[in-house]
Amino acid sequence: MTDTPHEDESAPATMHGCPVTDSRGQVVIHLGRDRYLEVMRVLVDEGFAMCVDLTAVDYLDYMDRSLPAGVEPERFEVVVNLLDIGQRRRIRARVQVSETDAVLPSLFDLHPGTEAMEREVFDMFGISFSDHPDPSRILMPEDWIGHPLRKDYEVGSIPVQFKGAPT
Amino acid sequence: MTMIADEGAQELRPRSELTAREVMREVGAVLRLSEAEAAKLGDLPEDPDEDQTMVINMGPSHPSTHGVLRLMLELQGETVLRCKPIIGYLHTGMEKTGEQLTFMQGGTNVTRMDYASPLNNELVFSMATEKLLGIDGDIPERAQWMRMLLSELNRMSSHLLFMATNGMDLGAVSMMIYGWREREEVLRFFQKVTGLRMNHNFVRPGGLAADLPAGWRDDVLRILDMLPERLEEYDILMTGQPIWRERLQGVGVITPAEALALGATGPILRSTGVEWDLRRDQPYLRYDEVEFDVVVGTYGDAFDRYAIRLAEIRESMRIVRQILDRMPEGDYRIQDKKVTPPPRARIDESMEALIHHFKIFTEGFKVPEGEVYVAIESPRGEIGCYIASDGSPTPYRMHVRAPSFVNIQCLPHMMRGGLVADAVAVISSVDPVLGEVDR
Repeated sequence: MTDTPHEDESAPATMHGCPVTDSRGQVVIHLGRDRYLEVMRVLVDEGFAMCVDLTAVDYLDYMDRSLPAGVEPERFEVVVNLLDIGQRRRIRARVQVSETDAVLPSLFDLHPGTEAMEREVFDMFGISFSDHPDPSRILMPEDWIGHPLRKDYEVGSIPVQFKGAPT
Repeated sequence: MTMIADEGAQELRPRSELTAREVMREVGAVLRLSEAEAAKLGDLPEDPDEDQTMVINMGPSHPSTHGVLRLMLELQGETVLRCKPIIGYLHTGMEKTGEQLTFMQGGTNVTRMDYASPLNNELVFSMATEKLLGIDGDIPERAQWMRMLLSELNRMSSHLLFMATNGMDLGAVSMMIYGWREREEVLRFFQKVTGLRMNHNFVRPGGLAADLPAGWRDDVLRILDMLPERLEEYDILMTGQPIWRERLQGVGVITPAEALALGATGPILRSTGVEWDLRRDQPYLRYDEVEFDVVVGTYGDAFDRYAIRLAEIRESMRIVRQILDRMPEGDYRIQDKKVTPPPRARIDESMEALIHHFKIFTEGFKVPEGEVYVAIESPRGEIGCYIASDGSPTPYRMHVRAPSFVNIQCLPHMMRGGLVADAVAVISSVDPVLGEVDR
C-alpha cells in the first residue's frame, strides 16, 4: 500500500525533542505551537521539502483521543503532511491548537504552497495564521458567519443568501 | 481606479494597496524571497500607472475555466500583470457531508469531488478506510488488479477529456469532439461494469461492489485496439502542428523548485523534469508488478504538460495490457463479515444474513480509532485522503487533499507577464476540476 517506509523498530520515540508515534505504519510527530515553526524548519532541512497537505480537525466531541504522554489535548489539531521526494518518505505533524487562542504562525515563508490550504483551514475552522499574506476566506463568502467544519456548527439547511437581492 | 468588489477581501486588491507581502503571495512560487526582494519584483519593468491598467474578471462562468473558476486579471494592454484565482463557487461542504455518512456510504460522496476521475477518488477513500480497519494487507488479488484496471482506464478517460478541453480552449474545436468520442468509449465500459458512466461508487472499502461482467476482456481489448490509431490522429492534428506548438511552447513556464514549493503534483510537477509518480515511487495496489515509464518534461511549459498527458494515455494502455494478461481469478472483495455484506442469495434463506445485511447498510461498520493519510496518483496529481476515526461507523473527520486545489495556486505565477490569450492555454494546461477544488 502507500506506506511510508517504516521507521526502525528501535526508532526513538522522540524527534527533535517532540514525541513521535506510529499510526498504522505512518510516522506522526506531535507538536505544540511554541516549537511548530522551528521543527518545521528543521524538517525541511532534513529533506521534507514539500508540504503536500495542511488541514485541521476539531476534536470538540472527542477530547479523549489517544495522544502520547506529554501532549496536552487541545480542541483543534492542525495536521501537516510533509513529503521527502529524495528519500520517498512522509511524515505527518499534528499540532495542538487551543480553542481560546486559535492562532498558528503561517508556513507560507517555508512552503508557499500552504497559502490556499491555510486559508481553507481559517475558513472552515476559524484558526488564524499569523503573518499569512492573504488572511481571507477562500471557499465560503467573505461575509459568512461561522466556520462550517467546527463540530458545534450544525448541519442543516440555511436559506440561500443572495448578495444585493431586493428584500 | 475603484473596483466594485463583491467578494471583499477575497478579490484582487488594487495596486495602490499592495504590500510587499501581498506581492510575495502573488509570486508565491518565487521562492523564499525577502520582502525587499519581493517588493522589487512587484515593480514590473513597465511600472504601470493605475489608470493604465485594467482589472477584468474572467469567469466564474467562462467556457475555458472548466467550471466555475473566477480569475481576476490585472491587465496592461494584453499583458497580464497580476492574477488571482477566486474559488468557492462550487463549494458544497463535502467534507462536512463526509462526517455524516458512514464509511459504507462515504464513496458516494468522494466520487463526486473529482468528477473526471471518480474511481480514483473512491479508491483513495477505500484505501484509507481499509488502512484504519487494518485489512489493507488482506484485500484479494483480483480486487487489487481490478482496482488497477479501473484506475488506469479512468486515467485514460480523464486525459482524453483533457485532450478534448485543451483542444477546445485553443481553438481546435474538432479535437473537442474527438476527445469526447474516445472518452465515451471508456465511459461505456464503465457503464457496463459499474452501471454508471460517472460517480460510480464501485470501489468500496474491502474490495469492489461487483465482479467484472462477462465479456469485459473483449470490451477492454476493443478500447485498446481502437485508441492507438486515434492517438496518432491527435499527433497529426496537434502535436506536430506548428500553430499548436506556437500556442503552447514556452507558455506558462514553471521551474521544478517552484512547482515543489507550491506543492504541485502530477503532470505539472513532471513537466518540470521532476520524476515523481506515486505509482512508481510509493507503489500501491500492484503497481510494483507492472512495467511502465514515468513520463517527464523538460521545460515546464504548457506543451510539456500536454505531451505528458498524451504519453500517459499510452503508458496506461501499456499497464492495462499487462493487467489483462495477469488478472487473477478469485474474489473481488474481502470475505470479512465485518465490512462485506452477505451475498444476495443468502438473504433469502438465512435470517442472520438478512439481519447482517440490514445492519451493515443502516448502521455501517465500526472503524477502530486512529488517523491515517493515504495518497495515490490521480490523473491530476496526488490525491490524498485523511481520515480520523473515533471508533464509530462514521469518520470523525474526512479530508481530501485535492490535487486541483493545490495546483491552481500555480496559475498566478504561470500567467504573470504573459498574454491574456495565453491565460486560457495556462488554465487548460493545469487541468483543474472545480468540483475537486471547491469540494
